[in-house]
Amino acid sequence: MGNIHPARQKLTAGKGRSAAVKIAFMHSIPVLAGYVFLGITYGILMVSQGFPPFLPVLTAAVVYTGSMEFLLVSILASSFNPASAFVTAFTVGARHLFYGISMLNRYKGLGPKTIYLIFATSDETFAVNYSASLPERIDRGQFYFWVTFLDQCYWIAGAALGALFGSMIRFNTRGLDFVMTAMFVSIFMDQWLKDGSGLKGFFTDHISEFTGLGASALCLLIFGPDHFIIPSMIVILAVLALARGKLDGSILDEEEEK
Amino acid sequence: MQTGEQMTITIIVVVIATVLTRFLPYILFSRGRETPPFVKYLGRVLAPAVFGLLVVYCLRNVNMTGGNYGLPEILSIAVVIITFLWKRQMLISMASGTILYMILVQTIFS
Repeated sequence: MGNIHPARQKLTAGKGRSAAVKIAFMHSIPVLAGYVFLGITYGILMVSQGFPPFLPVLTAAVVYTGSMEFLLVSILASSFNPASAFVTAFTVGARHLFYGISMLNRYKGLGPKTIYLIFATSDETFAVNYSASLPERIDRGQFYFWVTFLDQCYWIAGAALGALFGSMIRFNTRGLDFVMTAMFVSIFMDQWLKDGSGLKGFFTDHISEFTGLGASALCLLIFGPDHFIIPSMIVILAVLALARGKLDGSILDEEEEK
Repeated sequence: MQTGEQMTITIIVVVIATVLTRFLPYILFSRGRETPPFVKYLGRVLAPAVFGLLVVYCLRNVNMTGGNYGLPEILSIAVVIITFLWKRQMLISMASGTILYMILVQTIFS
């Protein structure tokens, strides 16, 4: 504050960054609510199983996959089997393969930041970064970085709060975790409208959306809530591969225009 | 419960497996080589399908054949969709859906 004599260039660079931080923060608010809440739950669970409070915070920072961390609690509490832990973690994390393929172009050419962006990809961060429509003046790399970084901070902070103060929570938080469902439904709707909003081409424009919902719902019915992700991914991949012949022309044209 | 040493190994193994799933696509399709057209196609069509998968994933433990028959979820998701079509503001949709859901599961469906 106070002495404002920076070079003009520096000033605009600083402004560009603070604009990116601001818009990144706005986009991350739903994740803030969801992650702090889920993080607290995770911290409480770990400590209630007899683990030291630093462990949920450490694993929140380095594993940073909500679903895997909750599984990790039971893995650490059972007998030592690193091979099975590896397979479980790879299977649970397999959906990141899809995120990577979807973000290949967007994360390209952002310099050293890219390594961190890839390392700290989560369901929510991917969804926010993929779906955000940014004004021209916003630096995309800065935006991606701040969304990713803020999300990870929320998650770690939640785990720390839960580990240290979990037993003191009185406010009735029941149902707050629905904020994540609401976020994914909104992002799904946003994507739906981006892909076409008219009745004409209702099915062909939204073949990806239908495939995602249909394949997952079907696999959930067949394989149950604990084992349906991988089968869903395979069915989605197969259906979209088969649909390629029909969609390829229009979709590849759009790709070239970008 | 595992010993401290075993826990350290387990956590490292889990981190390696998770990091691998995140970096694999970038390693396989690194800048040096041209990305195959099929992968480019997937990069375009996978995300909307994945959003559908994530919605189903969030709802995986909802009991549709007993309990509340998924009514709190159905009503709250309907509110998210309607407010989104109306206002096109994610935050408004998420806030209204979540508040309705919390009220429903804490009162009528508790």
